Amino acid sequence: MRYAYYPGCSLECSSAAYDMSIRAVCDLLGIQLEEIDDWNCCGATEYHSLHKLTACAVIARNLALVDSRLNQVVAPCAACYLNLKKVDRQMAENPRLAEKINEALAAGGLHYDGGRVRVRHLVDVLHTDLGEKAIRDKVVRPLKGLKVAPYYGCQVVRPYNDFDNTEYPMKLDELVSWLGAEPVPYPLKAACCGGHMTQISEAQAFELIRRLLQSAVDSYADLILCMCPMCQLNLDAYQSQVNSYFGLSFRMPILFFTQIVGLAFGLEPNALGIGKEIVSAQPVLQRRLAAVTQ
Amino acid sequence: MIQFSTDRRPSFLKEVIEHTPRGERLVHCIQCGSCGGSCPNGADMQYSPRALFALIQADQRDTVLSANTMWCCVSCYYCTTRCPQQIPITEIMYTLKRLAIREGSARNTDAPALAQTFTRYLDAYGRSFEFGLASRFYLFNKPLAMLKMGPLGLSLFTRGRMSLRPTRIKNIQQLQAIIQKAKQLGDEP
Repeated sequence: MRYAYYPGCSLECSSAAYDMSIRAVCDLLGIQLEEIDDWNCCGATEYHSLHKLTACAVIARNLALVDSRLNQVVAPCAACYLNLKKVDRQMAENPRLAEKINEALAAGGLHYDGGRVRVRHLVDVLHTDLGEKAIRDKVVRPLKGLKVAPYYGCQVVRPYNDFDNTEYPMKLDELVSWLGAEPVPYPLKAACCGGHMTQISEAQAFELIRRLLQSAVDSYADLILCMCPMCQLNLDAYQSQVNSYFGLSFRMPILFFTQIVGLAFGLEPNALGIGKEIVSAQPVLQRRLAAVTQ
Repeated sequence: MIQFSTDRRPSFLKEVIEHTPRGERLVHCIQCGSCGGSCPNGADMQYSPRALFALIQADQRDTVLSANTMWCCVSCYYCTTRCPQQIPITEIMYTLKRLAIREGSARNTDAPALAQTFTRYLDAYGRSFEFGLASRFYLFNKPLAMLKMGPLGLSLFTRGRMSLRPTRIKNIQQLQAIIQKAKQLGDEP
């Protein structure tokens, strides 16, 4: 199985743990990820607020750079995933927009036809393309007793979800259960983490983060699993600020789903970037899976 | 001489539609309020999206562009997927952000400064640069908050999650040529 791979900026540094665990897990599963050569930032939500055509052209450069022998690209970050998918869809359904984007791309000697590359999230690839048996076959260390809150966030699930439900998605829940772990009911699983509001409107962002943490506590989760670097950063790195803002004392570890997949596959925590999270996952992992951490 | 037009829609409505892919759905709003009710920040909005759409139809350009509604939007797309009339609400919020920033009517929000700082790094390097973005943005927009961000930055740095130097893509000239051309071509999608 070969896919183009668009890591996105966060995975280069602030979410290196996500990138490490993705590569390790895909390697074990025989999924070949071929990184797009010289990819650029997708502009997150920021370019869309300034200049629509530039936002689209910047994103389309990445689609145009996908190796012509590949027709699917895996984007692990929710914002990248949505941006690539949105521009691909809008180019396919809006010829006037596609023409303008291609006029801009032509200035760099590039061209892209909407619909050529299918944009995928890794949860979708693991769940749909590999499926239950292939995943279960690789589990050497069932995560029995580990209760996880599967957190999907917004932009993989909406507006273009073509592999799960937009209101109450279940694919990550199922994937987690194949590892032997217990996905707890998590009512806010598709609610927003606040995105860039941590930078511009603390009161709004912190309230959204508080609700997500509280909901996981109420469901007796040991940890929250993310499928987006922004969600992980907001819930993990801002947790202590949220605690002081509201006078609370959350200590909820936030991991990427691929780190848990890797643990179940018998990979070493270090190789999966476990330990890079700010609220340490070690105590709960030690408690629940005595064998996992040395 | 009196000019007759066959298109009797208010001019601001036309403008919003022209700037938004699938924006023509806007005229189908039935004022049900599913958007505001679905919004995680709906309670903070001066006008919910529903009310804002009524104001657009009533050609209240200045009121709409100086509202805080679009600055409360976190792009979670709940309103978009729940709208029974398939109005691309989140996309319309982006259009209103662009128009408000262009005309300088964005008030009481640091969102334009964040967007400008972010995209300046993208234009220069082809990659985002979290350390540069955070330090520049806080220094020029909320210097006092830097005190609080120090410990956070340090804990990221000690875990190898913060780089102090930006990465530049190999073919930055190509990206810059594309950006320059796109800016020349104007902004109606």
